Amino acid sequence: MSETTPSPTPTPPGTPDRAPKGRLARYWWVVGLAIAGGVAILAATFASRDPDGLNAVAIDQGFKGAGTDPGVGVLPGYTIPGLDGTASTIVAGVVGVAIVFLLVFLLGRLLARRRKDTAA
Amino acid sequence: MLASIGGFGVGLAPGPVQMHAPDGFLSLPIAAIMWALTLVAIVVSVKKTNETFDERAIPLMGVTAAFIFAAQMFNFQVIGGTSGHLLGGVLAAVLLGPWAGTLVMAAVIAVQGLVFQDGGLVVMGANIFNMGVVGTMGGYAVYRALCGVLGGEQRGRIPAAGVAAWLSVVAGATAMAIELGLSGTTDVAVALAAMAGIHVFIGIGEALVTMAALAFVQVSRPDLFHLRDARMLPAAA
Repeated sequence: MSETTPSPTPTPPGTPDRAPKGRLARYWWVVGLAIAGGVAILAATFASRDPDGLNAVAIDQGFKGAGTDPGVGVLPGYTIPGLDGTASTIVAGVVGVAIVFLLVFLLGRLLARRRKDTAA
Repeated sequence: MLASIGGFGVGLAPGPVQMHAPDGFLSLPIAAIMWALTLVAIVVSVKKTNETFDERAIPLMGVTAAFIFAAQMFNFQVIGGTSGHLLGGVLAAVLLGPWAGTLVMAAVIAVQGLVFQDGGLVVMGANIFNMGVVGTMGGYAVYRALCGVLGGEQRGRIPAAGVAAWLSVVAGATAMAIELGLSGTTDVAVALAAMAGIHVFIGIGEALVTMAALAFVQVSRPDLFHLRDARMLPAAA
Protein backbone atom coordinates (compact mmCIF):
# COMPACT_ATOMS: atom_id res chain seq x y z
CA MET A 1 0.00 0.00 0.00
CA SER A 2 2.86 2.35 0.80
CA GLU A 3 6.46 2.02 -0.26
CA THR A 4 7.64 3.26 3.12
CA THR A 5 5.80 0.51 4.98
CA PRO A 6 7.96 -2.48 5.78
CA SER A 7 5.04 -4.77 6.59
CA PRO A 8 2.62 -5.65 3.78
CA THR A 9 -0.15 -6.61 6.20
CA PRO A 10 -2.70 -4.10 7.44
CA THR A 11 -2.29 -2.63 10.88
CA PRO A 12 -3.73 -4.91 13.56
CA PRO A 13 -6.55 -2.98 15.18
CA GLY A 14 -7.45 -2.96 18.83
CA THR A 15 -5.26 -2.83 21.89
CA PRO A 16 -3.51 -6.12 22.50
CA ASP A 17 -4.60 -6.46 26.12
CA ARG A 18 -8.34 -6.14 25.83
CA ALA A 19 -9.17 -6.69 22.19
CA PRO A 20 -11.06 -9.91 21.45
CA LYS A 21 -9.09 -12.56 19.61
CA GLY A 22 -9.87 -14.25 16.34
CA ARG A 23 -10.16 -13.33 12.71
CA LEU A 24 -13.58 -11.68 13.03
CA ALA A 25 -12.35 -9.53 15.91
CA ARG A 26 -9.19 -8.62 14.01
CA TYR A 27 -11.08 -7.45 10.96
CA TRP A 28 -13.78 -5.58 12.89
CA TRP A 29 -13.16 -2.58 10.68
CA VAL A 30 -14.64 -4.44 7.71
CA VAL A 31 -17.86 -4.65 9.76
CA GLY A 32 -17.57 -0.93 10.56
CA LEU A 33 -17.15 -0.14 6.89
CA ALA A 34 -20.18 -2.28 6.03
CA ILE A 35 -22.22 -0.34 8.60
CA ALA A 36 -21.12 2.93 6.98
CA GLY A 37 -22.12 1.59 3.56
CA GLY A 38 -25.47 0.50 4.97
CA VAL A 39 -26.06 3.95 6.43
CA ALA A 40 -25.30 5.50 3.02
CA ILE A 41 -27.80 3.16 1.34
CA LEU A 42 -30.47 3.93 3.94
CA ALA A 43 -29.73 7.64 3.58
CA ALA A 44 -30.11 7.47 -0.20
CA THR A 45 -33.45 5.72 0.25
CA PHE A 46 -35.05 7.33 3.28
CA ALA A 47 -33.35 10.67 4.01
CA SER A 48 -35.51 13.78 4.20
CA ARG A 49 -35.55 15.84 1.00
CA ASP A 50 -36.29 19.05 2.87
CA PRO A 51 -33.54 21.70 2.98
CA ASP A 52 -31.22 21.42 5.98
CA GLY A 53 -30.86 24.10 8.65
CA LEU A 54 -28.53 26.37 6.72
CA ASN A 55 -30.39 26.05 3.41
CA ALA A 56 -33.77 26.60 5.05
CA VAL A 57 -32.45 29.83 6.57
CA ALA A 58 -30.93 30.81 3.21
CA ILE A 59 -34.28 30.30 1.48
CA ASP A 60 -36.23 32.14 4.21
CA GLN A 61 -33.88 35.11 4.20
CA GLY A 62 -33.54 35.22 0.42
CA PHE A 63 -29.81 34.59 0.01
CA LYS A 64 -30.03 31.04 -1.31
CA GLY A 65 -29.49 32.45 -4.80
CA ALA A 66 -26.12 33.92 -3.77
CA GLY A 67 -24.66 30.42 -3.90
CA THR A 68 -22.50 29.67 -6.92
CA ASP A 69 -21.32 26.34 -8.23
CA PRO A 70 -17.64 25.75 -8.95
CA GLY A 71 -18.68 22.70 -10.98
CA VAL A 72 -15.72 20.52 -10.02
CA GLY A 73 -17.55 17.50 -8.62
CA VAL A 74 -17.70 14.42 -10.82
CA LEU A 75 -20.61 13.02 -8.75
CA PRO A 76 -22.63 16.24 -8.27
CA GLY A 77 -25.28 16.18 -5.56
CA TYR A 78 -24.47 12.58 -4.59
CA THR A 79 -25.54 11.20 -7.94
CA ILE A 80 -23.89 9.16 -10.66
CA PRO A 81 -24.32 10.99 -13.98
CA GLY A 82 -26.55 8.95 -16.29
CA LEU A 83 -28.15 6.99 -13.48
CA ASP A 84 -31.51 8.13 -12.17
CA GLY A 85 -33.34 8.11 -8.89
CA THR A 86 -32.44 6.40 -5.65
CA ALA A 87 -30.03 3.96 -7.30
CA SER A 88 -27.86 6.85 -8.41
CA THR A 89 -27.53 8.14 -4.86
CA ILE A 90 -27.00 4.64 -3.47
CA VAL A 91 -24.06 4.03 -5.80
CA ALA A 92 -22.67 7.54 -5.23
CA GLY A 93 -22.98 7.11 -1.47
CA VAL A 94 -21.20 3.75 -1.45
CA VAL A 95 -18.47 5.14 -3.72
CA GLY A 96 -18.14 8.10 -1.34
CA VAL A 97 -17.80 5.81 1.69
CA ALA A 98 -15.01 3.94 -0.11
CA ILE A 99 -13.21 7.14 -1.20
CA VAL A 100 -13.36 8.68 2.28
CA PHE A 101 -12.19 5.46 3.96
CA LEU A 102 -9.24 4.98 1.61
CA LEU A 103 -8.21 8.64 1.75
CA VAL A 104 -8.28 8.80 5.55
CA PHE A 105 -6.69 5.35 5.93
CA LEU A 106 -3.78 6.46 3.72
CA LEU A 107 -3.56 9.75 5.62
CA GLY A 108 -3.33 7.75 8.84
CA ARG A 109 -0.61 5.52 7.38
CA LEU A 110 1.31 8.61 6.39
CA LEU A 111 1.06 10.34 9.76
CA ALA A 112 0.71 7.77 12.52
CA ARG A 113 3.65 6.56 14.55
CA ARG A 114 4.96 3.18 13.65
CA ARG A 115 6.21 0.69 16.18
CA LYS A 116 9.66 0.78 14.63
CA ASP A 117 9.98 4.53 15.16
CA THR A 118 9.69 4.38 18.90
CA ALA A 119 11.38 1.05 19.35
CA ALA A 120 14.49 2.30 17.62
CA MET B 1 -28.31 -4.63 -13.39
CA LEU B 2 -27.97 -1.00 -12.49
CA ALA B 3 -30.78 -0.15 -14.86
CA SER B 4 -33.12 -2.56 -13.10
CA ILE B 5 -32.20 -1.12 -9.72
CA GLY B 6 -32.70 2.29 -11.27
CA GLY B 7 -36.29 1.35 -12.04
CA PHE B 8 -36.83 0.96 -8.34
CA GLY B 9 -36.16 4.63 -7.78
CA VAL B 10 -38.47 5.94 -10.48
CA GLY B 11 -41.07 8.26 -9.06
CA LEU B 12 -39.11 9.09 -5.94
CA ALA B 13 -37.69 12.52 -5.33
CA PRO B 14 -34.09 13.12 -6.43
CA GLY B 15 -31.14 12.47 -4.15
CA PRO B 16 -30.22 14.34 -1.00
CA VAL B 17 -30.31 18.10 -1.13
CA GLN B 18 -27.06 20.01 -1.12
CA MET B 19 -26.13 20.55 2.48
CA HIS B 20 -23.05 22.68 2.94
CA ALA B 21 -22.53 26.37 2.26
CA PRO B 22 -21.72 27.01 -1.42
CA ASP B 23 -19.33 29.65 -2.68
CA GLY B 24 -21.01 33.04 -2.71
CA PHE B 25 -22.53 32.77 0.76
CA LEU B 26 -19.49 34.44 2.33
CA SER B 27 -17.47 37.46 1.23
CA LEU B 28 -13.90 36.84 0.07
CA PRO B 29 -12.28 38.46 3.14
CA ILE B 30 -14.37 36.40 5.56
CA ALA B 31 -13.80 33.22 3.53
CA ALA B 32 -10.05 33.95 3.53
CA ILE B 33 -9.97 34.50 7.30
CA MET B 34 -11.84 31.22 7.83
CA TRP B 35 -9.45 29.37 5.51
CA ALA B 36 -6.54 30.81 7.51
CA LEU B 37 -8.02 29.64 10.82
CA THR B 38 -8.76 26.22 9.36
CA LEU B 39 -5.27 25.87 7.90
CA VAL B 40 -3.76 26.64 11.31
CA ALA B 41 -6.01 23.96 12.85
CA ILE B 42 -5.00 21.46 10.15
CA VAL B 43 -1.26 22.19 10.47
CA VAL B 44 -1.42 21.78 14.25
CA SER B 45 -3.49 18.60 13.83
CA VAL B 46 -1.03 17.10 11.32
CA LYS B 47 1.87 17.84 13.66
CA LYS B 48 0.12 16.44 16.75
CA THR B 49 -1.15 13.39 14.89
CA ASN B 50 2.34 12.73 13.60
CA GLU B 51 3.75 12.97 17.12
CA THR B 52 1.21 10.97 19.05
CA PHE B 53 -1.20 8.98 16.88
CA ASP B 54 -0.83 5.23 17.28
CA GLU B 55 -0.75 3.19 14.07
CA ARG B 56 -3.19 0.68 15.59
CA ALA B 57 -5.85 3.42 15.45
CA ILE B 58 -5.58 3.88 11.66
CA PRO B 59 -8.48 1.54 10.76
CA LEU B 60 -10.68 3.27 13.35
CA MET B 61 -9.77 6.60 11.77
CA GLY B 62 -10.85 5.35 8.34
CA VAL B 63 -14.08 3.76 9.56
CA THR B 64 -15.01 6.86 11.58
CA ALA B 65 -14.53 9.06 8.52
CA ALA B 66 -16.57 6.69 6.33
CA PHE B 67 -19.38 6.57 8.90
CA ILE B 68 -19.48 10.35 9.28
CA PHE B 69 -19.62 10.78 5.50
CA ALA B 70 -22.53 8.32 5.26
CA ALA B 71 -24.37 9.72 8.28
CA GLN B 72 -24.09 13.28 6.95
CA MET B 73 -26.07 12.11 3.90
CA PHE B 74 -28.90 11.04 6.19
CA ASN B 75 -31.02 14.15 6.55
CA PHE B 76 -33.62 13.69 9.25
CA GLN B 77 -36.84 15.65 9.53
CA VAL B 78 -36.81 18.42 12.11
CA ILE B 79 -39.65 20.95 12.06
CA GLY B 80 -41.35 23.24 9.58
CA GLY B 81 -40.14 21.59 6.38
CA THR B 82 -36.55 21.68 7.55
CA SER B 83 -34.13 18.79 7.89
CA GLY B 84 -30.89 18.30 9.75
CA HIS B 85 -27.95 15.96 9.51
CA LEU B 86 -25.02 14.81 11.61
CA LEU B 87 -21.87 16.89 11.63
CA GLY B 88 -19.80 14.34 13.56
CA GLY B 89 -17.02 16.48 15.04
CA VAL B 90 -17.57 15.40 18.64
CA LEU B 91 -17.95 11.75 17.61
CA ALA B 92 -14.66 11.90 15.71
CA ALA B 93 -12.84 13.60 18.59
CA VAL B 94 -14.15 11.21 21.27
CA LEU B 95 -13.00 8.21 19.20
CA LEU B 96 -9.75 9.61 17.80
CA GLY B 97 -8.85 12.71 19.80
CA PRO B 98 -9.11 16.31 18.61
CA TRP B 99 -6.14 16.18 16.20
CA ALA B 100 -6.93 13.09 14.15
CA GLY B 101 -10.60 14.03 14.55
CA THR B 102 -9.98 17.38 12.89
CA LEU B 103 -8.21 15.69 9.99
CA VAL B 104 -11.13 13.28 9.57
CA MET B 105 -13.63 16.14 9.42
CA ALA B 106 -11.45 18.09 6.98
CA ALA B 107 -11.14 15.03 4.74
CA VAL B 108 -14.89 14.35 4.75
CA ILE B 109 -15.76 17.96 3.90
CA ALA B 110 -13.03 18.14 1.25
CA VAL B 111 -14.33 15.00 -0.48
CA GLN B 112 -17.90 16.32 -0.31
CA GLY B 113 -16.83 19.58 -1.95
CA LEU B 114 -14.41 18.19 -4.52
CA VAL B 115 -16.21 15.01 -5.58
CA PHE B 116 -19.89 15.56 -4.74
CA GLN B 117 -20.15 19.31 -5.33
CA ASP B 118 -21.57 19.75 -1.85
CA GLY B 119 -20.06 22.86 -0.30
CA GLY B 120 -17.96 25.47 -2.04
CA LEU B 121 -14.18 25.61 -2.40
CA VAL B 122 -13.68 29.27 -1.42
CA VAL B 123 -15.87 28.74 1.65
CA MET B 124 -14.46 25.27 2.42
CA GLY B 125 -12.29 26.74 5.15
CA ALA B 126 -15.42 28.08 6.85
CA ASN B 127 -17.27 24.78 6.38
CA ILE B 128 -14.38 22.79 7.89
CA PHE B 129 -14.13 25.26 10.75
CA ASN B 130 -17.86 25.45 11.55
CA MET B 131 -18.66 21.76 11.17
CA GLY B 132 -15.29 20.27 12.05
CA VAL B 133 -12.94 22.34 14.20
CA VAL B 134 -15.73 23.74 16.40
CA GLY B 135 -16.74 20.18 17.31
CA THR B 136 -13.37 18.44 17.29
CA MET B 137 -11.56 21.06 19.36
CA GLY B 138 -14.25 23.10 21.12
CA GLY B 139 -16.65 20.20 21.51
CA TYR B 140 -13.89 17.91 22.71
CA ALA B 141 -12.80 20.43 25.37
CA VAL B 142 -16.40 20.57 26.62
CA TYR B 143 -16.54 16.76 26.52
CA ARG B 144 -13.41 16.37 28.65
CA ALA B 145 -14.61 18.97 31.15
CA LEU B 146 -17.99 17.24 31.47
CA CYS B 147 -16.34 13.83 31.87
CA GLY B 148 -14.36 15.32 34.76
CA VAL B 149 -17.56 16.54 36.39
CA LEU B 150 -19.29 13.19 35.83
CA GLY B 151 -16.58 11.17 37.53
CA GLY B 152 -14.30 10.13 34.70
CA GLU B 153 -14.57 9.26 31.04
CA GLN B 154 -15.64 5.67 31.66
CA ARG B 155 -18.76 6.80 33.50
CA GLY B 156 -19.40 10.10 31.75
CA ARG B 157 -18.60 9.24 28.16
CA ILE B 158 -22.10 8.95 26.68
CA PRO B 159 -23.88 11.85 28.45
CA ALA B 160 -20.85 14.13 28.11
CA ALA B 161 -20.60 13.37 24.40
CA GLY B 162 -24.33 14.04 23.97
CA VAL B 163 -24.15 17.48 25.56
CA ALA B 164 -20.94 18.37 23.73
CA ALA B 165 -22.47 17.22 20.43
CA TRP B 166 -25.56 19.39 20.94
CA LEU B 167 -23.42 22.39 21.88
CA SER B 168 -21.13 21.87 18.89
CA VAL B 169 -24.05 22.11 16.47
CA VAL B 170 -25.44 25.26 18.07
CA ALA B 171 -21.94 26.79 18.23
CA GLY B 172 -21.16 25.85 14.62
CA ALA B 173 -24.46 27.34 13.43
CA THR B 174 -23.75 30.49 15.45
CA ALA B 175 -20.31 30.77 13.85
CA MET B 176 -21.88 30.38 10.41
CA ALA B 177 -24.46 33.06 11.21
CA ILE B 178 -21.76 35.49 12.33
CA GLU B 179 -19.75 34.78 9.16
CA LEU B 180 -22.87 35.38 7.03
CA GLY B 181 -23.53 38.63 8.89
CA LEU B 182 -19.94 39.88 8.62
CA SER B 183 -20.01 39.01 4.91
CA GLY B 184 -23.04 41.25 4.41
CA THR B 185 -25.00 38.29 3.02
CA THR B 186 -27.77 38.83 5.54
CA ASP B 187 -28.42 40.72 8.73
CA VAL B 188 -26.34 39.22 11.51
CA ALA B 189 -29.01 39.45 14.22
CA VAL B 190 -31.62 37.84 11.99
CA ALA B 191 -29.17 35.16 10.88
CA LEU B 192 -28.16 34.42 14.46
CA ALA B 193 -31.74 34.02 15.60
CA ALA B 194 -32.68 31.84 12.64
CA MET B 195 -29.57 29.64 12.62
CA ALA B 196 -29.46 29.12 16.38
CA GLY B 197 -33.23 28.70 16.49
CA ILE B 198 -33.32 25.75 14.11
CA HIS B 199 -30.01 24.19 15.16
CA VAL B 200 -31.18 23.96 18.76
CA PHE B 201 -33.43 21.20 17.39
CA ILE B 202 -30.98 19.76 14.85
CA GLY B 203 -28.46 19.46 17.70
CA ILE B 204 -30.75 16.96 19.42
CA GLY B 205 -30.29 14.69 16.41
CA GLU B 206 -26.54 15.18 16.62
CA ALA B 207 -26.60 14.26 20.31
CA LEU B 208 -28.73 11.14 19.72
CA VAL B 209 -26.63 9.82 16.82
CA THR B 210 -23.36 10.56 18.64
CA MET B 211 -24.55 8.82 21.82
CA ALA B 212 -25.95 5.85 19.89
CA ALA B 213 -22.72 5.37 17.93
CA LEU B 214 -20.61 5.55 21.11
CA ALA B 215 -22.99 3.22 22.95
CA PHE B 216 -22.66 0.74 20.08
CA VAL B 217 -18.87 0.83 20.34
CA GLN B 218 -19.10 0.53 24.13
CA VAL B 219 -21.24 -2.59 23.89
CA SER B 220 -19.49 -4.27 20.97
CA ARG B 221 -15.83 -3.24 21.11
CA PRO B 222 -14.99 -1.10 24.17
CA ASP B 223 -11.29 -1.70 23.56
CA LEU B 224 -11.51 0.69 20.59
CA PHE B 225 -11.89 3.58 23.05
CA HIS B 226 -8.32 2.99 24.21
CA LEU B 227 -6.85 3.56 20.76
CA ARG B 228 -7.24 7.32 21.07
CA ASP B 229 -4.70 7.59 23.84
CA ALA B 230 -2.63 4.57 22.90
CA ARG B 231 1.04 5.36 22.77
CA MET B 232 3.43 3.46 20.62
CA LEU B 233 5.56 1.42 22.96
CA PRO B 234 8.65 -0.48 21.95
CA ALA B 235 7.48 -3.77 20.45
CA ALA B 236 6.76 -6.17 23.28
CA ALA B 237 7.68 -9.28 21.34
